[in-house]
Amino acid sequence: MSGREAILGKLRAAASVSTDDAARREAVEKRLAKTPRGLIPARGQVDGEERVALFCRMAEAVTATVERVKKSDDVPKAVTHYLRSKNLAPSVRMGDDRRLKRMDWASQKSLEVKLGRADPADEVGVSHAFAAVAETGTVALPSGKDNPTTVNFVPDHHIIVIDAKDIAGDLETVISRLRRKYGRGDMPRLLNLITGPSRSGDIEQTMLLGAHGPRALHLIVVDG
Amino acid sequence: MSERTGSAEKFKPAKEEPLKEESISPKRVGLFVTCLVDLFRPTVGFAAVKLLEEAGCTVEVPMAQTCCGQPAYNSGDREDAAAIARQTIEAFEEFDYVVAPSGSCAGMLKKHYPSLLKGTSYEARAEAFSGRVHELVSFLVDVLGITEVPARHEGSVTYHDSCSGLRELGIQQQPRKLLSSVEGLELKEMQNSDVCCGFGGTFCVKYPDISNKIVEEKTASIEGAGADTLLAGDLGCLMNMAGKLHRQGSRVEVRHVAEVLAGMTDKPAIGGGGR
Amino acid sequence: MEIQSPQFKQKARKAIADEQLQRAMGKAKIGFVGKRKKAVDALPEFEDLRSSARAIKDHTLEHLDLYLEAYERKVIASGGQVHWAETAEDARQAVLSICRAAGARTVTKGKSMITEEIALNDFLEKEGVRPVETDLGEYIIQLRGEHPSHIIGPALHLNKEQVEEDFRRVHTELPAGRDLSQPESLLGEARHILRPQYFQADVGITGANFLVAETGTSIIVTNEGNGDLTQTLPRVHIVVASIEKVVPTLEDASQILRVLARSATGQDMSVYTTLSTGPRRPDDPDGPDEYHVILLDNGRSSMLGTEFHEMLRCIRCGACMNHCPVYHAVGGHAYGWVYPGPMGSVLTPSLVGVDKAGHLPNASTFCGRCESVCPMQIPLPRMMRHWREREFERGLNPATQRFGLGFWAFFARRPGLYRLATSMAIPALSGLAGRRRWFRSLPFAGGWTRHRDLPAPESRTFMQQWRDRETAKQEGGAS
Repeated sequence: MSGREAILGKLRAAASVSTDDAARREAVEKRLAKTPRGLIPARGQVDGEERVALFCRMAEAVTATVERVKKSDDVPKAVTHYLRSKNLAPSVRMGDDRRLKRMDWASQKSLEVKLGRADPADEVGVSHAFAAVAETGTVALPSGKDNPTTVNFVPDHHIIVIDAKDIAGDLETVISRLRRKYGRGDMPRLLNLITGPSRSGDIEQTMLLGAHGPRALHLIVVDG
Repeated sequence: MSERTGSAEKFKPAKEEPLKEESISPKRVGLFVTCLVDLFRPTVGFAAVKLLEEAGCTVEVPMAQTCCGQPAYNSGDREDAAAIARQTIEAFEEFDYVVAPSGSCAGMLKKHYPSLLKGTSYEARAEAFSGRVHELVSFLVDVLGITEVPARHEGSVTYHDSCSGLRELGIQQQPRKLLSSVEGLELKEMQNSDVCCGFGGTFCVKYPDISNKIVEEKTASIEGAGADTLLAGDLGCLMNMAGKLHRQGSRVEVRHVAEVLAGMTDKPAIGGGGR
Repeated sequence: MEIQSPQFKQKARKAIADEQLQRAMGKAKIGFVGKRKKAVDALPEFEDLRSSARAIKDHTLEHLDLYLEAYERKVIASGGQVHWAETAEDARQAVLSICRAAGARTVTKGKSMITEEIALNDFLEKEGVRPVETDLGEYIIQLRGEHPSHIIGPALHLNKEQVEEDFRRVHTELPAGRDLSQPESLLGEARHILRPQYFQADVGITGANFLVAETGTSIIVTNEGNGDLTQTLPRVHIVVASIEKVVPTLEDASQILRVLARSATGQDMSVYTTLSTGPRRPDDPDGPDEYHVILLDNGRSSMLGTEFHEMLRCIRCGACMNHCPVYHAVGGHAYGWVYPGPMGSVLTPSLVGVDKAGHLPNASTFCGRCESVCPMQIPLPRMMRHWREREFERGLNPATQRFGLGFWAFFARRPGLYRLATSMAIPALSGLAGRRRWFRSLPFAGGWTRHRDLPAPESRTFMQQWRDRETAKQEGGAS
């Protein structure tokens, strides 16, 4: 008997299931089909500017830095400003994201934009968020050529661009949007939900930033 | 009988008197003394009787009681625990209320008897019994609606929340509320008053070194509060903390909260006077 | 890992005398408790979320076979492979054969208690595959040849000076004069050392906080980002997860996430919640070529439907040990196996046998703080009591204990005899104390008087005095 059959057999025996367990099957199928939402806290259930402001506040509370710009064309300039303020070389890594590509990066003289997956030499990564969650200040980034996962973790600084309209109140709303985009029951290979920069409290419970992932997380929220 | 009903007018009842229809006739309370109070500190039992009688209850003490059965129950001996549970239920079945000056024993009677006797012929009786069981201070406040006691105690006290009372029965504000009405008394809260003192029944003799480590933390919190007297609602915890404080040469006196509420602090504290 | 739980008492005594450990535990117990409380107080719905999270797991456990099958179908559909392992040995062999097929010499590891449970590191090393722990705490204890002392803070038992010593001992290629006096510099050094490892490793191994049946997704919840580097950079990703990690849907995972981080570290969300589904896809620029899931039973199916069933709701947040006075006193290593604290005291006997782990469920004051903070409302004290019952039934407790208990129960079950015995013994004991009113030592009470004094009984028992009072009253009434 394979391990699979042995384990499943024991589970069925423990649940005292007969071979005809139609009711159990139905309950499982129903739950997987209906994907009911649980209890959603009131905190994130606000709209418009209030929701954007909540997102910014929650993200700052987990030591991300947040700036808001009026339109997507303002993003390259904001990135350059960020690099200067941190004394970083004028070079960023990013993926194939259409929204990022449409921005006028050429306007930033001497800024090098490298495309594709990140390598150990990259200091700064730029991603575009799929969505964000106001309740917790979380940003959602699916993997793929648009926003390679390595960009999220390899560089020391991670800049994420978020369209204000993509900020949801809760994670459940983001899950619904994922289903619409990728299909019911399907997911991107990877979905990163990122809430602040990397940290560790493993030495004497002293919370320190920049454990293995980015030391700094900078969020640029595009209002328009 | 008039002597037993006492003088209810001494207490100021809450604005909305709960259980109004019952307050017409005196409540018949069976006192579950608890074995530690019976053997080591009868003063607590008499304090409980005084508080209950002053609140207008008639108090009786069935002789067929011994211990709540926790030593057996918590040692995995269900058979003896169940026998003791049946015996206790029988002894107290005739009363309107069963009151114990201990959160731990009251918790045993109220929360654990029903699960212990589940599926036996005593199941329904255990459930009904459970509904009538109360810890002393929460009985005074939550059931009788008492908000003040006419006691006086000059000095500062700190209050330890015994685990079973706190987490099984939700006793936290009730003793503090009544203590705040005691004339001359100042409550100085200790750090981590809700953390276990390390007693744990048989735990303290089965794992003395761990128990000691825990009670050391507790006595440090007690000393840190800077109060003259330590109070709690469970004699087991009190004997543990008092025993450690005494070994450490502390000057803090230790009493059951009922002694202060009943105005009986003229009696010697636990370990009585001698040093 | 070798089971040292039978030596619990000796190990506990040693731990209490260990000043370094006590210093570290002193910091630990303040930090976690305060942070959790702050996060919980800030979310009015927290208590309701606990009930909701619990209901999800209860539902899942009732349908565990079906959800595991659904999960497996989705993993396969997304291009991954599922390996079912009944025992720790099955799981180890499954990992090894994947490593062999990949020609792996080095594997990086994210933090995973399940790989501790199957003692994977020692095994891989013996088989010539080098495991590199990448979580800071795990890395530190791997250097020391130790095991985690806490399920979310593996190096909780250490002070920074000890870590400095280890880094100087092992990182000999770095300048001897470097400053390692602060946690920051220690973290920086670990990051520097571990960075290249992710790129060199052939296989990355992680655990899972959740498996999602709806999508075939595994979820890890971390703060450092090492788990992400571990599962993104190597060519092969292996997820090792136990069967009770499955939840039905993404919504269900989201619901439990709301209680997980708050209970564990007091964060609203951990920094990285990563959902992975299958291997790299055709136009992915990064990610592993192979994605394997090892589903481990290792005794869990035998807990289902028993009085320990509810333990399978555990999400490994560590709140129970963070709030446990016994854990605070002795630290995690005293428990002698993988899982310490209250959850370990219930789980360890289930997985290794109560004959070996019998001390653990006994070493509890039943203070109930663990249950009151458990995000999944697991009745930990009740289950520890169930273990005590099994031990009692099997006669596993020490003879002196059984004798003492039997002696006591004999009287407790006979009220008349009890009255008689106590009315003689108590006044005698009271008299024995003399004027000091305290016993410093007493035969048969050594457990008590080793560390504390025993107050003498006041005088006669309450029952004796009460009877006198009643008699006097009746006589007074009669006259």
